[in-house]
Amino acid sequence: MTDNITGNRPESKSVKPFVTPSHEFTASRRTFVQALGAGLVITVTDALSWGQRRGGRGGGGGQGGAMPVVARLHLNDDGTIAVMSGKVEEGQGARTELSQAAAEELRVPFDRIRIVMADTDFVPDDGITAGSRTTPGNIPPMRQAAATARELLTRFAAQQWQVDAGTLEVRDGTITNKKTNQKLTYADLAKSKEIAEAFKQPIESNAALTAVSDWKVMGTSAVRANSRDLVTGAHRFPSDITRPNMLYGRVLRPPSYGAKLESIDLSEAKAMKDVVVVREGEFVGFAAPTLFQATAALEAAAKTVSWKPAPAPTSSKTVHAYLKEHARMGSSSEKGFAEAAKTLSATYTLAYIQHTPMEPRAAVAEWDDGKLTVWAGCDGPYRVKGDLVRLFSIPAERVHAIIPDMGGGFGGKHNPDAALEAARLAKAAGKPVWVRWTRAEEFTWAYFRPAAVIECRGGLNAKGSLVAWDFVNINAGGAAVDTPYSIPNKRAQSVGSDSPLAQGAYRCLAATGNNFARESFMDELAAAAGVDPLEFRLAHLENQRIRTVLETAAKHFNWFERRKKVTPELGVGLACGTEKNSVVAACVEVGIDRKKGEIKVREVCEAFECGPIQNPANLTSQVQGCIVMGLGGALTEEIQFENGKILNASFRDYRVPRFRDVPKIDVHLVPKNDIPSAGGGETPIIALAPAIGNAIFAATGVRLRAMPMRGDALKQV
Amino acid sequence: MDVTVTLTVNGVERTVTTDPQRPLLDVLREDLHLTGTKYGCGEGRCGACTVLMDGKRVLSCVTPVSLADKKSITTIEGLAKGDALHPVQEAFLEEGAMQCGYCTPGMILSAVALLQTKPNPTDEEIIAGMNGNICRCNGYVKIMNAVRRAAGKMRR
Repeated sequence: MTDNITGNRPESKSVKPFVTPSHEFTASRRTFVQALGAGLVITVTDALSWGQRRGGRGGGGGQGGAMPVVARLHLNDDGTIAVMSGKVEEGQGARTELSQAAAEELRVPFDRIRIVMADTDFVPDDGITAGSRTTPGNIPPMRQAAATARELLTRFAAQQWQVDAGTLEVRDGTITNKKTNQKLTYADLAKSKEIAEAFKQPIESNAALTAVSDWKVMGTSAVRANSRDLVTGAHRFPSDITRPNMLYGRVLRPPSYGAKLESIDLSEAKAMKDVVVVREGEFVGFAAPTLFQATAALEAAAKTVSWKPAPAPTSSKTVHAYLKEHARMGSSSEKGFAEAAKTLSATYTLAYIQHTPMEPRAAVAEWDDGKLTVWAGCDGPYRVKGDLVRLFSIPAERVHAIIPDMGGGFGGKHNPDAALEAARLAKAAGKPVWVRWTRAEEFTWAYFRPAAVIECRGGLNAKGSLVAWDFVNINAGGAAVDTPYSIPNKRAQSVGSDSPLAQGAYRCLAATGNNFARESFMDELAAAAGVDPLEFRLAHLENQRIRTVLETAAKHFNWFERRKKVTPELGVGLACGTEKNSVVAACVEVGIDRKKGEIKVREVCEAFECGPIQNPANLTSQVQGCIVMGLGGALTEEIQFENGKILNASFRDYRVPRFRDVPKIDVHLVPKNDIPSAGGGETPIIALAPAIGNAIFAATGVRLRAMPMRGDALKQV
Repeated sequence: MDVTVTLTVNGVERTVTTDPQRPLLDVLREDLHLTGTKYGCGEGRCGACTVLMDGKRVLSCVTPVSLADKKSITTIEGLAKGDALHPVQEAFLEEGAMQCGYCTPGMILSAVALLQTKPNPTDEEIIAGMNGNICRCNGYVKIMNAVRRAAGKMRR
């Protein structure tokens, strides 16, 4: 669901090298039976442990030609099929859509699939769950594995019956010879030694996949298999895992970024009943039978600490000037501007924001006879495993990482911090230890969506056409930095700077800021050219996919009529964009009270297209979620910091969208079946902020160029 | 000093001897192993820890366990009757009103509390009743639909 930061600062990249392929097969694991998830039992064979090795290149997920079918798929003798994926479910729908993919190609009903996700003892390393990559990068290999299995099973049946495989029908997990009415079910074949042998063959990259027009399971709004457990409270999220004799852990944090521990008196904490105190250099942690006791020990110790603060280079008030001063700028290209009749320039800014998933990062770690098992909330099980292997310098086969379906991420859980902390405490305590960050820790010590300064310059010729374009993003990254508009002379670049805060991935990352600046600035240029914002865009837009969503949104919103009715209290605006091979456009209506400094988004009409739709209900949830999450970044969310401290590390002081903020939302999913499916959980967020800014401008004539766009700014003008 | 607290949780009487200041949330999760109630903020501002105390909605992360003495607590685990889900749970499933699902127990209990006092709520009343609960997947549209649907079910 997230993008990874790009730019030229290796230290700011959130992507770490993936775990080195590990050859973890051990004789003791040749065969054993393991219960998993919802009562699923599968037999793990030696071939399956192949699946623990790296799945594909660069985390793209399992396209490697040599992976055997059994690494992805296993027939159970009750007619169900276990399928394996290294992806993490965090609310975006991967569990459902990967299951639909397998069911489709196996020709079985959806409920026949038992998917095992994000458990390093069973699944291939499919890379981290990020960048909207599951749909384009992991669904196709799952389909290929299932299609290969179907073909192997069909060929086996054909051999048994001495007929051509092409004459057999496969439906509902049953292979039928219609002439003789002979039947073989997948459940029958689950017991076959020949099939077990055949499934050691590599997944065929050219296995015949079902055409979109023939989809029966894909393309439907299949419901997540464990959704009942979500409404009954039975599902165990990472922070809900408990183990016998488990202790609850807390970790000492510095009072400000970079502060060094000078001295601490741990005697009071150590004297507390049942409390385990760990000090390893700067790491100081406490574990106790209850969270309350662990917190009491932490607080007792914290009173005695002496910290040496580090210099804080900037604050949230001065950060944009700081980033610009430290930007690694290239030389400017003046080509095109010389011919321009009119040149505009503007600087846009973005604040740091936090992901604030509802479940803070959490982990339980348990050591048993030198082996470490960790349940963690993190975007990649193999990242957890790799970091633990490095931290403790232990062989890879001694570490088992499991990611239970977790409580949100939005790009904020790439790092397994809580897992490392829990494992250190558990090792010292000699008992399992649970660590779940507090909300304040999450606001302070998790990384942030980068702040940015975006400088735009555009030149119009005498006819009002855009002939020159210069666009620089400082610090936030290169996602969607290139303009989709046709402009004869253009330069777009992303440059790094010195981020004063830890920064990393976020839902659509830099594309949000880049699209905010570009689409707001396009509105400025349209105004300068004296042209309607929709017409101005269409005049410069050859990309047919963007044109389609833009026209769809405008039509359903009734753009031209409503634009005529704009008043100083009621504005309409629109914006479009593309990222991750999907396209989006939004029209919004915004109510404004300049005396009170209030901006209220009243209506959003958004059109989105990401190729063939794999699950309409899930995609609708993702688009609605992006729209509302986008409101927060557009209007209220901003991390405030000073002297290396976060000043608003709570839901009281950091305002995220709530029920009351939700506008009327009208979503139009535009189908397009002649291209591969792209992910849909991120790009729908990028059109919101600029459409809102453009609506504010339409009503008030005031251009707000800072995200979040504060209503106070309207009072001051 | 530890105190002994007697509370009825999901119809079962439970006795806990513990520090009176411990949040009810921690006692439910750690001592009674009812992990369906979630921590979201620890400041009573997100609603993830919502439970019913004597039928009324409380935020268990800011409720000291001593206040639960002799009270009846309903958590998400106690809402269904055997296999039969509560109408609000059914409505959430039918509307697909969850993404990650972490806020869902708190949302459902807030909706139950709301519909007990306002069986036929207007949208404005639903917003007012649910506004204390945060969903970071931002699935508010479908949650609104689920609460409307639940109201219809419960009137029948």
